[in-house]
Amino acid sequence: MMYKLAMSRVSDLLASFGKVIAPIERAEQVNFGAWSPEETLRLDVLKTVNSAKDAFFPQSEDIVHFKMEGKNIAIGMPEKPDEPFVLFGARACDMRALDVLDRVFLSEPADPGYAARRKNGTIVSIACARPAETCFCHAYGIDAAAPQGDVACWIDGDTLYWQPQSEKGQALTETAKPFLEECPDTAADAAKQAIREILDRLPLKDLTLDGWGGDVLMEKFNSEKWADLSRACLGCGACTFVCPTCQCYDIRDFDTGHGIQRYRCWDSCMYKDFTMMASGTPRPTQLERYRQRFMHKLVYFPANNDGMFSCVGCGRCVAKCPVSSHIVKVIKALGGDAK
Amino acid sequence: MQAVTEKKPFTPLIVAFCCNWCSYAGADLAGTSRLSYPANVKIIRVPCSCRVNPLFILRAFQRGADGVILCGCHPGDCHYSTGNYYTRRRMTLLFSMLDYLGIERERTRVEWVSAAEGTKFAATMNDFVQTITELGENVKLGDLRCKQ
Amino acid sequence: MQAIVDQIKAKAQELLAAGTVDRVLGWEAGELAYDRTPAVFGPAEALDGLKYDLFCAANLSKYLIAETKKEGKVLALLKPCDTYSFNQLLHEHRIRREGVYVLGIPCRGKIDVRKLAAMGMEGITGVEDDGTTLTVHTLYGDHTCSREEALLERCLCCKGKEHKAFDEVIADPEPYTEPDRDRFSMVSKLEAMAPQERFAFWQGELSKCIRCNACRNVCPACSCLNCVFDNPASGVSGKANVDPFEEQLFHIIRAFHVAGRCTDCGECSRVCPQGIPLHLLNRKFIQDINRFYGEYQAGADPDARGPLTSYTTGDVEPSVVSKGGAK
Repeated sequence: MMYKLAMSRVSDLLASFGKVIAPIERAEQVNFGAWSPEETLRLDVLKTVNSAKDAFFPQSEDIVHFKMEGKNIAIGMPEKPDEPFVLFGARACDMRALDVLDRVFLSEPADPGYAARRKNGTIVSIACARPAETCFCHAYGIDAAAPQGDVACWIDGDTLYWQPQSEKGQALTETAKPFLEECPDTAADAAKQAIREILDRLPLKDLTLDGWGGDVLMEKFNSEKWADLSRACLGCGACTFVCPTCQCYDIRDFDTGHGIQRYRCWDSCMYKDFTMMASGTPRPTQLERYRQRFMHKLVYFPANNDGMFSCVGCGRCVAKCPVSSHIVKVIKALGGDAK
Repeated sequence: MQAVTEKKPFTPLIVAFCCNWCSYAGADLAGTSRLSYPANVKIIRVPCSCRVNPLFILRAFQRGADGVILCGCHPGDCHYSTGNYYTRRRMTLLFSMLDYLGIERERTRVEWVSAAEGTKFAATMNDFVQTITELGENVKLGDLRCKQ
Repeated sequence: MQAIVDQIKAKAQELLAAGTVDRVLGWEAGELAYDRTPAVFGPAEALDGLKYDLFCAANLSKYLIAETKKEGKVLALLKPCDTYSFNQLLHEHRIRREGVYVLGIPCRGKIDVRKLAAMGMEGITGVEDDGTTLTVHTLYGDHTCSREEALLERCLCCKGKEHKAFDEVIADPEPYTEPDRDRFSMVSKLEAMAPQERFAFWQGELSKCIRCNACRNVCPACSCLNCVFDNPASGVSGKANVDPFEEQLFHIIRAFHVAGRCTDCGECSRVCPQGIPLHLLNRKFIQDINRFYGEYQAGADPDARGPLTSYTTGDVEPSVVSKGGAK
């Protein structure tokens, strides 16, 4: 069943949902954040700077804190994130990215924080009305015109089409009923068609993952091309942190002066202290670190996850790499028959 | 009990970085001369005022300081000849930057106090503590995790 | 533009053939209309991949730290503003001068693709420049805009066409009048605000920081082998801004560590994925240095002593700040 509502009523709809995380503009940048009627909702912006990942796997998260109380150590645990929320405005690539993250964080032993947020979150995705030149999700078989999600939406002019796609989505639709009006299932077809026409004209439309996958490990690993590809890399973490699928983290202790706060935060394989061990780092130069990032996404991950790549073609790294040394260059340089 | 806590007047936490050769000796003289200055001034002795890196100042705020004062030898009297001249430039720029970020400009101060100026040391501390007490708690530069 | 590119390539070929240099540090094209990557072209390869256009914004000076540690000599293509960073790195003994041949290349300003996006130009597939107007081809139709409106912030406050260090210069065959906007106007505007407003402004900006370190890693003045923020023994290392304090700490210290050495090349602001105007921190220090200690431009003269490594006995006291600052 498909429903529709006027775009002008979206704010009222969101206000009826309780906690909502949506693309909002703050200081001229659009990121997913806690929405309130005072915030500027930007559903027209295709890509938030950071991805929807942050709603489930935040950049930093407290794990435990220790405090000296006389001769004893008091141990405190943060509250489990159990507030239900609606994530509004995820894109098709964000949705596939959650499939990737689910494989990492929900496989046993499941990550409690991530699992709780996944359970409590209902996701409303929106089809990409205006794909960008940096997009290449089609290379991973993602259809930007038909996103996954508990509810999928299409924006066509002043109308938002709403289609529940799961039990959670049905439940949210019940809540949203006062705002929704039934319409035929084909109502959004024009919007879908328009998106697909754009997708056929993207500059990266011919990009394929041929030659990549779990069974080309040594061939890709030993390629001589990594040296040239990695030369410009600054070793910053921009690509990693805006990436919807990067999931590596570090666990650190912060000395508060009266105790220790242990937290988990995103880490980047581009950093020189990534996976630092007592004996040093296993990846002493930027070449190895650079190779690690792309090998993980395009070889190691599919090798362990039934061929699923851990890149979704959102193009954030393409847009944000300070020196434009991004994954598309790597896919092309080493893909196909390239050795 | 709650009411009592709320009515308790605000006692600021002050961190004073004192150079070993002048200001720390000045603090000593203030002590031996039985001049009083508030006990909430925590003195950290440094070999020279120019040992104080901007990180030290920010770290003091992070850990809950309400005001940070840096004391060194008078310009021209540095034990190492020129250390405090560099301090003077660095702190001018740092304080200006803090002001630019909207942090109250009264929370940071540099004073030159010689070993013979016990009276000046006590007076400076009294004045600084009073200024910060009037200004109130530092809420803009503290780290919430460090709050008790 | 093509004439300049042909000249650069011819000169590079000539120097390679003569054995003066054995490789070339320049830019190569990417997959899109505008993504340019710094690249080194070896002697065996043709220079076909070498690209120089409106989008070659990256300052190549910092790459010379690594390149001049290698054997042989590298030809570096430096724009006028890049030569300031080059001089500063020379002054700090981070570049081996004998290992590099500097070819000064002309620049007519570089385009900020994000500004185009902010003007509503999404899906950029091509950009044409006629000297005053840009024609931008996108997936959603063609747009035009004034060239100047699309320039990077640093190019609007251009330091001039003069190369401050070079072995040879390729002159611009056509006249170009560089924009000369006041680079301190926004700093002054912030200074004029009430402290609470300034605090709110910076909180809004700095709270976007994701601590990716792009600003630090791209900065030619940030050349420490191990940064204090990466050193667990420093007590301030961290990979995330867990508390808002850490945003302030990181950015104040980052800017302070380059104070007096920052040439205002603007790379930090250019690369910030969250669009934080980091140059406003650097420019505050530059403005204060100019006010308090006399006009100083880092990198203009490789032999000049930096303002934080020198002093005069009559310097202003730090209390100048609490008195409202010297004007």
